[in-house]
Amino acid sequence: MSGFIANTDSDIKDMLQAIGVNSIDDLFVDIKPRHAPHSFDVPEGKSEFEVLERLYGLAARNATNLVSFLGAGYYDHYVPSAVSALASRSEFYTAYTPYQPECSQGTLQALFEYQSMICTLTDMDIANASLYDGGTALYEAMMMALRITGRKKIIMDGGVSPIYRTIIRSYTKNLDIAFAETPVVHGRSNRAEIKKMLDQDTAAIILQNPNFFGAIDDHSDIVETAHSRGVLVLESVYPVSLGLLKTPGEMAVDIVTGEGQSLGLALSFGGPYLGFMATRKEYVRKMPGRIVGETIDTKGRRCFVNTLQVREQHIRRERANSNICTNVALCAIQATIFMSLLGRSGLKDLAGLIFQKAEFARQEISKIKGVEVKRSSPTFNEFTICLPQKASAIIPKMISQGFAPGFPLSRYYPDMEHYLLIAVTEKRTKEEIVNFAMALERALWN
Amino acid sequence: MELIFEKSASGRKGFQLPKSDVDIQADIPAAYIRKTECLLPEVSELDVVRHFTQLSKLNFSVDGNFYPLGSCTMKYNPKFTEQAAAIKGFADLHPLLPQLDNSLVQGALEVLYHMDRLLSEITGMDDFTMQPLAGAHGELTGVMIIAAYHRLKGNKKTHIIIPDSAHGTNPASAAIAGYEIVTIPTDDKGALDFQKLKGLVNTQTAGLMLTCPDTLGLFNPDIDKITELIHAVDGLVYYDGANLNALLGRARPGDLGFDVIHVNLHKTFATPHGGGGPGAGPVGVKRKLSHLLPISRVVKNADNTYALNYNYPDSIGYVASFYGNFGVILKAYAYILMLGKEGLRNVSDHAVLNASYMMAKLKDYYQIAYDRRCMHECVFSAMRQEAQGVHAVDIAKFLIDKGMHPPTIYFPLIVKEAIMIEPTETESKESMDQFIAAMIEAAQLAEKDPKSFKQYPKTMPITRPDEVKAAKEIHCNFFAKR
Repeated sequence: MSGFIANTDSDIKDMLQAIGVNSIDDLFVDIKPRHAPHSFDVPEGKSEFEVLERLYGLAARNATNLVSFLGAGYYDHYVPSAVSALASRSEFYTAYTPYQPECSQGTLQALFEYQSMICTLTDMDIANASLYDGGTALYEAMMMALRITGRKKIIMDGGVSPIYRTIIRSYTKNLDIAFAETPVVHGRSNRAEIKKMLDQDTAAIILQNPNFFGAIDDHSDIVETAHSRGVLVLESVYPVSLGLLKTPGEMAVDIVTGEGQSLGLALSFGGPYLGFMATRKEYVRKMPGRIVGETIDTKGRRCFVNTLQVREQHIRRERANSNICTNVALCAIQATIFMSLLGRSGLKDLAGLIFQKAEFARQEISKIKGVEVKRSSPTFNEFTICLPQKASAIIPKMISQGFAPGFPLSRYYPDMEHYLLIAVTEKRTKEEIVNFAMALERALWN
Repeated sequence: MELIFEKSASGRKGFQLPKSDVDIQADIPAAYIRKTECLLPEVSELDVVRHFTQLSKLNFSVDGNFYPLGSCTMKYNPKFTEQAAAIKGFADLHPLLPQLDNSLVQGALEVLYHMDRLLSEITGMDDFTMQPLAGAHGELTGVMIIAAYHRLKGNKKTHIIIPDSAHGTNPASAAIAGYEIVTIPTDDKGALDFQKLKGLVNTQTAGLMLTCPDTLGLFNPDIDKITELIHAVDGLVYYDGANLNALLGRARPGDLGFDVIHVNLHKTFATPHGGGGPGAGPVGVKRKLSHLLPISRVVKNADNTYALNYNYPDSIGYVASFYGNFGVILKAYAYILMLGKEGLRNVSDHAVLNASYMMAKLKDYYQIAYDRRCMHECVFSAMRQEAQGVHAVDIAKFLIDKGMHPPTIYFPLIVKEAIMIEPTETESKESMDQFIAAMIEAAQLAEKDPKSFKQYPKTMPITRPDEVKAAKEIHCNFFAKR
């Protein structure tokens, strides 16, 4: 019998007898003949071997052999073998939401450790147990800011990923919220404009660091102005950069979110990823998602439970903080394993290595005739370059030389047809970077 | 067990980074550098491996234990699908490669396109989006599609009708999409109260959200009458796919009159639940709503190549960054290809057979919430035991000591002391018989020695936790001052 079913003919007979019916069809009496499928034209089943062969064939038609300088918020990092080895323990991956804490302490403690790591990484008080991804986490942060302030206006800095900004706009079409966007100036936040716009009606200003163009910033001055007008500051961050960079906590940001893919998750064509969120303790009851808390059992031993559940949909229904139920617990556990392995010095060293390699790539590319790599502030792992031709003309020439040459900014900024956003990770060797620059020169001038 | 932070020893490392091969002197200006130390643990790789291995052993899981958690469809997750998702050509694929050229991702686009066709055929819908990242995310996407439909038609709609037995995600999703919630009660047969529904439906009704079979595990034979009633006021009917495992090959939501549906790939299509995700919640629609689906959409060109198309001006936009939880979609795709038509039919036949067997064997010991033919799950009430002072939660804790994950308890909210059992099709009669024996033992113990229940579980690493203390003295971060 297919479908991973254990029942034998004699089991079926016994069970039908116990139920008191003659056939399995008799169990479906409430589904009347008029409800029958008009069609059910699904292909015949195949063996495990045949299915895998088909999938290997499909995978071979994806270009994962290109040397990648493509990032835009999603990065080609190395994932230590221990991460997948441990996350592949089926005690983690075939369990579900820890509704019964006595038989789920493994998941619960791992998530408590995850929350603690996100807190120390971002320098915030409290984190939840995960949201779907970086984009939806930022959306949830915005909804949280609206709940906290009771105000209806949101300002989004142009340095926030356009991928996130488009998501937020789709979600809020049916809600009564006013939006204002402040375009960047030379790749940096337009501080004067932002500060002018922060007013008593504004719920939150949304920032990103490093921003979409790779620029590092210290938003402390914007935070100060915002707080003086009762405006909350939301910041989306690249978690690996926090091994080195000034933290959202040090800038007094109110809600931090980010994409956790770079903390040990595969690129996997867009998911599953990890949305993280951290905030100040006074806002914990307004936070969406699961939160794991420490407590004691009847014998006084430390243990962990899902807590503050009255915020959630299964209790509060339409008045819940969010509709989220299933989140990405396993991805959070993977990130916890990744951060444990890298540890205190490892994450700092990784951030340093990435920064050095990105600086090297910038210098190499800056030597190419006609390519501009100007910037108005330091960049971290990504930077923009301006080509003497349209990026669309160069991209095929780079692909044919074996490179994924960065992200064409015209996808979101129509006037940036000559620009590419270049990402560098620890995986890119000096040789690959030098070859990349040479290939780009050939693509432009040969 | 110690926390990983408590195992930390200064100077210990768990991972070796490559040495820098670039000779460059560049520094980030000090003003941009963090001053507070990031207090990640300092542990060796073996420390990490042992820590998480030991943690994993504190969990019950489908691979280790019977896990009849009602409404969650905790079926066996085939191992080969894990291998499928780990194939380098998928796992290492950057989601923005199509921005360089669609030709770089033809295999992945074919998976998404073919999955859209398969799910459409299985559910009787016309088009799917793979974007939603979980069931509740699918609900929100679906209600946003409903809202866009009415907005484009100029309909003035204010509310969505939802049964009192629904998952909490339904009203939460509809509220986030901007609707008022009107709750419809359940009648004495466990069905949505049709007479009351008639009184509630009016021209302001944007739609109705239904789980089918409903959360009591019952199929409503009048389902087509209900969808007609909503359509009569130009409302749309939403199908919460949480319980699709009961219907494969037996009925399709599309044929029953549903306009928008979500499917929980981590339930019906056997992808692992991950201790609380990742899941996936693709959304399907009837053709009249296809133009509203999120972008991008995967299209097949005349030359049999695949492309991403963004040109749908009426689209609700993006609900996620990319194309959904691709790794999860891939596992479900592999599962559907393996089972095929007959295998999928068998899934529902045996899911219903197993749940019906469970109900038959336990109904002399526990009160049945609604005594009708159940589908893939059955709902009991521990009211008889409650009279002795034994609650559903006590029975759940008793079962933990038997090495079984308890059923869902206290849901649906309309059943007092609810115990919701979903064995799924992959359990054998033997494991169900063991569970039945344990449940009968609990019922007998409730008569004989009700007070003894408070001690359970006693064989686990912990006894019952103090949940009130957890909520009162919120401690969710190891580094926070108490």
